[in-house]
Amino acid sequence: MSNKHVNAVIVGAGAGGGVVAKELSEAGMSVVLFERGGWGNYDEHDSDELISQRTTSLGNAFGPDDERYRRVVVNDDGSTKIVVASESEYNNVAACVGSGTVSYGAMAWRFMREDFRMKTTYGHVDGSTLEDWPVCYEDIEHCYEKAEWEIGVSGDASLNPFAAPRKKPYPMPPFAYNKEAIMLESTMKRMGLHPFPIPMLRNSVARNGRAACVRRRSCCGFACPINAKCGTHNTVIPAALSTGNCELRTDCIVSELIIDERGRINGVKYFDKDNHLQEQAADIIVLSASATETPRLLLNSKSKIYPAGVGNRYGWVGRNLQGHAYTGAVGLFEEDIFDDVGPGASIAISDFSHHNRGIIGGGILANEFNRLPYLFTGIRPPGSPTWGRSHKEFQKKYFRRNILVEGPIQEMPFFDSRVDIDPAVKDYWGIPVVRLSGHRHPIDFEGCKFLSGKAELILKEAGASYTWQSVGGKGLSGGQHQAGTCRMGNDPQTSVTDRYGRVHDTSNVFVGDASLHVNNGGFNPALTIMALGYWVAEHIASEWQKGNRFV
Amino acid sequence: MDKGNKLSRRDFIKISALSAGALSFAAGSLSFIEGCSTVYQPGTRFFSENEFKLVESFAEQIIPSNDWPGGRDAGVANFIDIQLMNPYRRFQEVYRKGLAALENTCRNKFSQKFENLSWDSQTAVLKDMEAGRLEGNIWKDGFSKYFFELLRSHCLQGYYGSPRHGGNKNFVSYKMIGLDEPQIVGENRDGI
Repeated sequence: MSNKHVNAVIVGAGAGGGVVAKELSEAGMSVVLFERGGWGNYDEHDSDELISQRTTSLGNAFGPDDERYRRVVVNDDGSTKIVVASESEYNNVAACVGSGTVSYGAMAWRFMREDFRMKTTYGHVDGSTLEDWPVCYEDIEHCYEKAEWEIGVSGDASLNPFAAPRKKPYPMPPFAYNKEAIMLESTMKRMGLHPFPIPMLRNSVARNGRAACVRRRSCCGFACPINAKCGTHNTVIPAALSTGNCELRTDCIVSELIIDERGRINGVKYFDKDNHLQEQAADIIVLSASATETPRLLLNSKSKIYPAGVGNRYGWVGRNLQGHAYTGAVGLFEEDIFDDVGPGASIAISDFSHHNRGIIGGGILANEFNRLPYLFTGIRPPGSPTWGRSHKEFQKKYFRRNILVEGPIQEMPFFDSRVDIDPAVKDYWGIPVVRLSGHRHPIDFEGCKFLSGKAELILKEAGASYTWQSVGGKGLSGGQHQAGTCRMGNDPQTSVTDRYGRVHDTSNVFVGDASLHVNNGGFNPALTIMALGYWVAEHIASEWQKGNRFV
Repeated sequence: MDKGNKLSRRDFIKISALSAGALSFAAGSLSFIEGCSTVYQPGTRFFSENEFKLVESFAEQIIPSNDWPGGRDAGVANFIDIQLMNPYRRFQEVYRKGLAALENTCRNKFSQKFENLSWDSQTAVLKDMEAGRLEGNIWKDGFSKYFFELLRSHCLQGYYGSPRHGGNKNFVSYKMIGLDEPQIVGENRDGI
């Protein structure tokens, strides 16, 4: 049984792939959208903390599963270990339709102008591959706007003086602050900072046929039981399917690109629901499988013309793996501050995103998402017992009396922070698995210390009886904010794709996910991934409509 | 399923267990009392009865009883026993080896089982284990710290995680910190 040739194959139905599917199918192209998982749902794991995207102790709520998925992690001493998908070092992103957008905290940040001009803004950084993007903020501003309006963002754009200029406001009003945010707002203002409600990909009012958010405790890390969270699974993917041009194939594992003897990519090989190897031919291929799986697919696709993998002539595929080192501080209070109004994160400042003395980049600071009971067992002042009577007493006394202020530091791209292919280990389908190696650039730790210091000052000013810093920035990068492994650029020798996401050395293979990020900003990346989806798809669709068949 | 009923059943098991022959009778009667639910008998999943008792005592040290029930009464050993049959089966070997080593260490040092040691002696053993100070070849190369940390984290998961996994009996840890569970879908705290 052979599959009918289509115009476009998209690999991965997440933040990027979902957007690309809608845009291409609305432009009249026939599309097959592949997803390795199925439809995520709330009922299977509801508010079960131990099987969530935040705490994966007993498994990943939305896949990948421990039975079929493996990765290899290279330790500092060069030894390797195999990790299963629920272990934190696996660096999983959700394997379901919508991927992380089903269960994310849903912060909806636009990067700032400086984020696209890091080298111009800060100059060369020793040991880092820090570079400007081949696109600037103004190029993709309309894509951010489309993401905000089509997928849905709540917020008040007038309150953040550091945000890049925008043409339209957010489509929905901001969420009201929860109790800790109210406390932090007055504190931050007193300190001369500029707090504002976090823009969120959640319905603050009923919109697009879905209800308004009811602010449950378990939001970040969980699917929404009333569908108030806006992801690609309940917006652009249904829109793509409703065109009649897009077929969604769930539970399918794309294993490699099909390359002919002239080096043209004619489609993909994949394992279907029943683990049968199939082929799907297409005019173009868009890879949006995440910053670990997209490079894996390119590196696993070899031929005489692509001996090191497609797009890897200069060895840049899988390099510069970035994520976000989270850093901040904890404050304990002697009165209840927890009001059980989800998702917890409510207020932010962008005062320290850029132009900090002696620091390259920076990051937002926000009050943290709700700390559920098991996660909170790990939040203790340094040196405190991690078990026993006093550990339990702390849990009881401070569960409702703590605030975390933290943020994602802008990481410096580091060439040796890397997604590679393990030469020996294979997954359930016999596909060579990802091998992760390297560590963050040393500068990241400096940035983290800076940002944690600011967070602690805020908590002290807010009246915390005790504070401590939680400083990130060391070790292997990646995580759920993984990015950077197929960076876009103008020079094929130091990048993987052109400014429209087309993989160098190919005419018809595109990347449409966070792999494209030249750097990852000091912001949660979801909205930027969506915006890049619109950017890449806009180029493909307009060329297609002009008659370009990417041959 | 009120608390008083549970205690009396516990006592019933203890009394019945005095004679081995009475055990099956006890289990059968309890199933009848509870209707559709069955009473778990240690030794029928992963842990042996001995291992189960050891893990119960360990869990009680990690989360001791105070005004609120501790790890033993919250069903932490039950939680771990269940998980070792599924998501945690990759830890089966480590548990078997580690629990046997802990029992051996206690027998060599105190000529007693861990669960029969005084509270303070138990605490001291765990502190040594946590610090990697236990004597014996088996505890070398970081195994002591590794196994302690594994057990510690699993105990905390059993006590503070969702009761559906076999621990946190009667939502005890949620009640302790004032969380109502399960959450009601559609509840709008902010709208009132």
